[in-house]
Amino acid sequence: MDCAPSSDRADRTDESGRAVTYVPATVTRSAKIVVAGGFGVGKTTLIGSVSEVRPLRMEEPITQASTGVDDLRGTPHKTTTTVAMDFGRIHMAGGRLALYLFGLPGQSRFQPLWEDLAEGALGCLVLADTRDLDASHDALGLLDGAGIPYAVAINTFPGAPEYPEAELREALALEPATPLTYLDARDRISSLHALITLTEYLTEHRPAALLESRR
Amino acid sequence: MSGPRRDPDMVRPYVRTQGRIRAREDVRLESVVIAATGPTDTLGPDARRVMRLFAGANGGLAVADIAAALELPPSTVRILVSSLMDSGHLSSPVAAIDDQPDFDLLQEVLRGLRSLV
Repeated sequence: MDCAPSSDRADRTDESGRAVTYVPATVTRSAKIVVAGGFGVGKTTLIGSVSEVRPLRMEEPITQASTGVDDLRGTPHKTTTTVAMDFGRIHMAGGRLALYLFGLPGQSRFQPLWEDLAEGALGCLVLADTRDLDASHDALGLLDGAGIPYAVAINTFPGAPEYPEAELREALALEPATPLTYLDARDRISSLHALITLTEYLTEHRPAALLESRR
Repeated sequence: MSGPRRDPDMVRPYVRTQGRIRAREDVRLESVVIAATGPTDTLGPDARRVMRLFAGANGGLAVADIAAALELPPSTVRILVSSLMDSGHLSSPVAAIDDQPDFDLLQEVLRGLRSLV
């Protein structure tokens, strides 16, 4: 077997007719980076830009309490919603390593999902849109709470307002060391540069917990 | 959520996982597993569906890949894969001998991403 994993992969169709793209047999390790942000901020677009395989979607049903102000019985209704998560994959290190990119919805009501699915992530790239910076607050809060290191990337939508970096940092309440970068999620190279910015930051500010969990 | 998919909530997760409610800590969304050996006739229906994905496959699948292919919730697949690893039906890919013991994941990811731009 050669070391060009994206070309020697075996595609097959499963029982329900979807193509299954196997991880090359050379892969012995895998890692995960989470892409977070509000609805419509470009998570799926970014994953589609950088993934070497066709991005896939998982769906996780979550049950949440929905307390209404008029609920006099003291027993909150429970509703179930389905959270869709897109993901893609990049092969590296001569085909030994598969890097998975997962798009996770940033809303704080998905916190239980985050605890389950973001566990073990190297770090997170938070996408933000200057037309709605508030939409990023939930994701940033979740990450701060979970202790997952992150970088923030402004997805530069055409026509979106531009602000000085200092103002953006203040609006997003970023720590001075937290990287803030810009990308066009439709562009593969631009998206890869943002992932590199995140990973450079991670190698410099490597959390002790990560070292333990990886051995 | 479009199309005539069956509703995953019609079946409680612990039914799908034969009563098991917790995944192994080392079985995560990105964990890659490969097929090992073992008879599948004693497995539950969803575990058999997982094993059928691997029939004749030259390579592995991550938990997330399995969840997407079978339209099962990733939390459920984590548990199914945990059970199938415990029973020996699935295993982790074994690192080659030349895989350096100090294989630094972050450095490899950084190098890998830089090589793409």
